[in-house]
Amino acid sequence: MNRITHYLSTGLAWFIGFIWLFPLIYAVWAAIHPSEFATRFSLFAPLTLDNFKEAWNQAPFPRYMINTIAITMIILAGQLVLCTLAAYALARMQFKGRGFMFALILMQLMVVPEILIVENYQTLAGLSLIDTYWGVALPYLASAFGIFLLRQTFKTVPEDLENAARIEGCSLLGIIWKVYVPLAKPTYLAFSLVSISYHWNNFLWPLVVTNTENSRPLTVGMSIFGAPESGVDWSIISAGTLISVGPLLILFLIFQRQFVQSFMQAGIK
Amino acid sequence: MQLSRQIQAWLLLLPALCLLVAFTHYPVVKTVARSFFGFGVQWEDAASLDNYRYLLEDEVLGQVLYNSFMYAAITVPVSIVLAIAMALWVNSKMRYKGVLRTAYFTPTILPMISVANIWLFFYSPEIGLLNKLLALVGHSGYNWLGDPSLSLYSLMAMTIWKEAGFFMIFYLAALQTIDTNLYHAAAIENASKWTVFRRITFPLLMPTTLFVLVNALLNAFKLVDHLFILTKGGPNNSSNLLLYYIFENAFSFFDTAYAAVLTVVLLVILVVLALLQFGVIEKRVHYR
Repeated sequence: MNRITHYLSTGLAWFIGFIWLFPLIYAVWAAIHPSEFATRFSLFAPLTLDNFKEAWNQAPFPRYMINTIAITMIILAGQLVLCTLAAYALARMQFKGRGFMFALILMQLMVVPEILIVENYQTLAGLSLIDTYWGVALPYLASAFGIFLLRQTFKTVPEDLENAARIEGCSLLGIIWKVYVPLAKPTYLAFSLVSISYHWNNFLWPLVVTNTENSRPLTVGMSIFGAPESGVDWSIISAGTLISVGPLLILFLIFQRQFVQSFMQAGIK
Repeated sequence: MQLSRQIQAWLLLLPALCLLVAFTHYPVVKTVARSFFGFGVQWEDAASLDNYRYLLEDEVLGQVLYNSFMYAAITVPVSIVLAIAMALWVNSKMRYKGVLRTAYFTPTILPMISVANIWLFFYSPEIGLLNKLLALVGHSGYNWLGDPSLSLYSLMAMTIWKEAGFFMIFYLAALQTIDTNLYHAAAIENASKWTVFRRITFPLLMPTTLFVLVNALLNAFKLVDHLFILTKGGPNNSSNLLLYYIFENAFSFFDTAYAAVLTVVLLVILVVLALLQFGVIEKRVHYR
């Protein structure tokens, strides 16, 4: 009896694992075979790379890719700098209203920028930043999540280290850069991976704030490319999908352990 | 000296604070103001409750709210149950469990928009994979996305697929903190696997479950990306969700004022959930 439930349980685990990977497996299948095999399975179907070529020619993927990378990097760089400064102030400096400020910042954990698309669009239109990288990036540059994570980490740094650095004549920024940042490396890695995958995949806000190829990221590009009205066939859509998820997927497979641990670490704190 | 330290602190905080205020607090205040003073894309001189009156008359909203609550009420518990099962499997002594973990986790890092294109193909009525599979057993198939009684459930299935592996991570972290002596003791007592789960594992995972529950609920009101590809809220609003409806009103119907009122509704829901979370965190502390 116990043995049967054991086999059933193992079988179910792999079955669900298969279903969870299936969309990706299917996309690979459809993308590397001619379109008549998109709905027909045959071991001896001829292999081809034409779908990738077609997809590549039908949508400005290089441009989308550059936009996504640029936007993700601007956001990450901004977040790392701004969150570090704010987190240090909240973790290690005494000032009036500190608790209140921290509470004010944490509000963003609940009210994420996606919910406020209507007013944020108006703000950015007022700044004439519609359809620019900065337009996509600005609402995300200060991250309550990042500030929270780094504050928790900075609080664990022994204060003696800071005092020693101060006696050596280190400036405030010097202390942050030479004492706190190196000791918080795992947190930076965790936060960066979470941030990159979030912004690589983000859709709603970029959709609202971009309107040409000049700033449109991959996700928004895919939503136009994949629309049934565009009359593109499944094999080409699959190829396009793989192109759009490729870089992140490769990054994930290489840094798998770090990815999983980062999400874990980011979630527990 | 003390004063300059204060100023330094504010200077460090200022850049982040300005941006947060500009893109979180200011828009919240402006949304509430617009809900009273807005008319279409314009501002009126006097406050009125007209926008709220329209809210009560709006039949679509009733449907949208119902959908949003159903969406949360079904996807969240199903994802959580799956997540616990996945975490237990990946944490067991099974062979190749690393592969399994990757399989479960992969949907989390894929963009919803891109994978929705693949799901669209699974669901499509004539050549779609699901109906082809049903045809094998002699069934004529369903119109997964075009049938108003099915469209919302089809969206839920994809949401669960996307979310379960993400929640698994939290359980995995929690499982690794459970004292293995408890399991040794249970083994001595000859307790069945089910008893061990019910009496040891599940109760000890409770704080994680509460944490995941609240975050999953918050997420459920934000996850609308796949609607843009799969159903666009249709047919006949049968799969429309609140955030998508806000988007439609603001950027398709250009009724900014009504979009503001709807945003207020969403904010109220989120505040209620946040209050719930406060209660939850308190419980967590008590538990420890």
